Amino acid sequence: MDIPRYWRLKDQRYRLQGKKCLDCGNLSFPPRLVCPKCKSRNYEKYFFIGKGTVYSHTTIYQAPDRFDHIAPYSVGLIDLEEGVRITAQFTDVPAEELKIGMKVEMVIRQIYEDGPKGPILYGYKFRPVISV
Amino acid sequence: MRKVAIIGLGQTPVREHWESNLRDLGVTALRDAMDDAGVDTVDGVCVGNMLSGALSEQEHLGSLIVDYAGLDGVEGMKIEAACGSGAAAIRMAVKAVGSGLMDTVGVVGVEKLTEYSGKFSTAALATAADADYETTMGLSFVGINALLMRRYLYEYKYDKNDFSIFPINAHKNSIHNPNAMFRYEISEAQYAKSKHIAEPINLLDSSPIADGAAAVIVCAQENISQFKGKPISILACEVGTDTLALDNREDPLWLKGVERSVKKAYYLADVKPKDIDFFEVHDAFSIITALSLEASGFAERGEAIKFADKIGIGIKGGLPLTTGGGLKGRGHPVGATGVYQVVEAAKQLRGEVAKEVQIENNNIAMAQNIGGSGATVITTILKRIV
Amino acid sequence: MSAVMKPLRNIGIIGYGAYIPVYRLPATEISELWRDGQDNLFLPVKQKSVPGKDEDTITMSIEAAQNALKRAQIDATKIRAIWIGSESHPYAVKPSGTVVAQVLGIVPDILSADMEFACKAGTEAMQAASAFVGSGMGDYALAIGMDTAQGRPGDALEYTAAAGGAAYIIGPAEESLAILEGSYSFVTDTPDFFRRAYQHYPEHGNRFTGDPAYFKHITGSVTKLLEGLNLEPSDFAAAVFHQPNSKFPQKIAKQLGFTSEQIKHGLLAPYIGNTYAGASPLGLTDVLDYSKPGDRVLIASFGSGAGSDAFSFIVTDKIKDAVKRAPLTQDYIGRSIKIDYSRYARWRKKINR
Repeated sequence: MDIPRYWRLKDQRYRLQGKKCLDCGNLSFPPRLVCPKCKSRNYEKYFFIGKGTVYSHTTIYQAPDRFDHIAPYSVGLIDLEEGVRITAQFTDVPAEELKIGMKVEMVIRQIYEDGPKGPILYGYKFRPVISV
Repeated sequence: MRKVAIIGLGQTPVREHWESNLRDLGVTALRDAMDDAGVDTVDGVCVGNMLSGALSEQEHLGSLIVDYAGLDGVEGMKIEAACGSGAAAIRMAVKAVGSGLMDTVGVVGVEKLTEYSGKFSTAALATAADADYETTMGLSFVGINALLMRRYLYEYKYDKNDFSIFPINAHKNSIHNPNAMFRYEISEAQYAKSKHIAEPINLLDSSPIADGAAAVIVCAQENISQFKGKPISILACEVGTDTLALDNREDPLWLKGVERSVKKAYYLADVKPKDIDFFEVHDAFSIITALSLEASGFAERGEAIKFADKIGIGIKGGLPLTTGGGLKGRGHPVGATGVYQVVEAAKQLRGEVAKEVQIENNNIAMAQNIGGSGATVITTILKRIV
Repeated sequence: MSAVMKPLRNIGIIGYGAYIPVYRLPATEISELWRDGQDNLFLPVKQKSVPGKDEDTITMSIEAAQNALKRAQIDATKIRAIWIGSESHPYAVKPSGTVVAQVLGIVPDILSADMEFACKAGTEAMQAASAFVGSGMGDYALAIGMDTAQGRPGDALEYTAAAGGAAYIIGPAEESLAILEGSYSFVTDTPDFFRRAYQHYPEHGNRFTGDPAYFKHITGSVTKLLEGLNLEPSDFAAAVFHQPNSKFPQKIAKQLGFTSEQIKHGLLAPYIGNTYAGASPLGLTDVLDYSKPGDRVLIASFGSGAGSDAFSFIVTDKIKDAVKRAPLTQDYIGRSIKIDYSRYARWRKKINR
């Protein structure tokens, strides 16, 4: 049970909280202490909107222990509208319908349960766009 | 910096070594290498390993190996760089000897991946990726490589079966390597039917997890006459890095870590890609072979498969790859793999491999060990000492 | 008789949002497995909604609440209370509301609690939110009714136990798309349906769930609300009743004097099953999607145990723009991926690896 991690990352997982460099404007997710572009350490929180397109995708048949109960499931790289690429699971879409370039939007889902007694981890996943 | 050489080689077979523990494997390879070199002690030992803590509940491998190898009082430390741990340990030895801090250093790469179930090992291997942002999203290590392969197929319009050229070649060579795990051929038809682990990566794209240990003894080239082993010169052993997470790379299909590593290595060794006689490529997955050939300067972008087809990657081809079976045929005991690659390359240069896979007139070899999805890359260039 | 419940300050709905999972289990799948299909002609619903393997009351509440926020167009941090009514909170101890509030970015200046009253937990949350805003404790409160209902394999309830619900942001009347006229709550101790602690599946009293439970309590709340407000069924453009199946809401409507035209919107059970605490709130979102300014709308929940909350709302001009800002209830009903019983059994953890 990695409770402090669960707690520490919640705004990142729930709201895609990343960082914006105050010196060069570069956006990053995950948040970084040092701007990868200009090396500045001045930044503010930035919440990504959670819309993007599929850069690549895969469907996992042999899953790590923790995800075994939901396998097969699809994971991919998503290019967010703001120009940052992130890794996330896809949900509510059959594997054969996933396509590179497909428009997707963020939803919050269970990522995994830490056993029957531990906490349930919630966080971002992506699905084909339905919202207006 | 003074020139360094490899003066001793040792390796255990790559297997599911249920009867041996980490120390048995590590000590066997290390003492074999010492015997080959003709030394009874060394100034230091670098142990390359990734998962001893996760899968054997054992850290502190430096002291453990030194202790059980009968090297009481000798300095020993574990070096970790995911699947690149083995070559990273060689790099440390090269630094120690090249700088003059030490004269003779033993390097042993050792790994045991079969102690627990495959699912557990799968989870442990995924720790090479970003724990908070890749692994927690359910991405396995195979999954990361599958994302690369999918995009590659999309960008360059290959048929997935075109990738079979790499594992077929690896298996063709591993037949002649007694230390290889898989000593049989595979066919295009088998490749096409193979089941998916993480689509589009199938079982025959993937190197198998395994146990094993390999070792080299590194010495100063000026001292080679003091040893009985047949010396091979290390022209370069250079590291390049990239972002840990794949998603943080602007261009995931260009392995910047590989490019950075080979640039330094080619410069130091004063060679060009065309001077390389054969290449121990890090074929953990077929897609990595393709990306490595491109970023290493052998093939143009998107052309690796066409390049391989044209130049020939078999023993008699223009650029033989994975002459000992590679990670695919020999097996991939992750933290040991980088040392196995260098041992294989050195044996080739010494002329000590099976005649079916012995490359004639070879002079310069390159081995490349990749950690994670390309976050740590170590390129080693070896040369025969005439 | 007791007076109609009405807060000191006039309040109403300023935003609403629906959520229904995309997966559907046809009732015939259940019938074929447990009864050789012999009741295929008498199925209580056509199909039911099933949550995906990564969905629960918390995740579903989040999407419904996000839809409600899109319609309300307020600074979300002004929401000062969140209540989630459900009988399927993912944790036995640890509030669902705090997770939802964190995701919505409306922590920490907020009150949060989970509610349970079988199928009327959702309208219970709406009552609490109305009282909270109506008393002036805060300007906005979020009330959610949401469930991922569980039916014992082979039980009659397995046909209907479904997933879905709705979220409401309650606020001042002048900002409302539907103003509350009044409400009435009616409860007695009635053991028609219950689930003991640590049990996975509920027990129910078969036909006892009808007259002494569902019909008596809804009749009580609706009759007294209408009397108190001096209204007739014909004064309403639409009415929503709790819908454990397709039949009960149609029967109670008729008994109370409502026409089938008045209940045609919001009668969702035939298409998605019984979403428990989400059922009547979700019926209301569908009604609001189709409503026009000036419409008077009735919603009456029923919760086993037992009780009913009835509300009368008058729709305002603000409905016209609000409707378009988020997916409609029918959008969620329309997107549907059929699954078979084996997939359902795996996802709902009836079989485990």
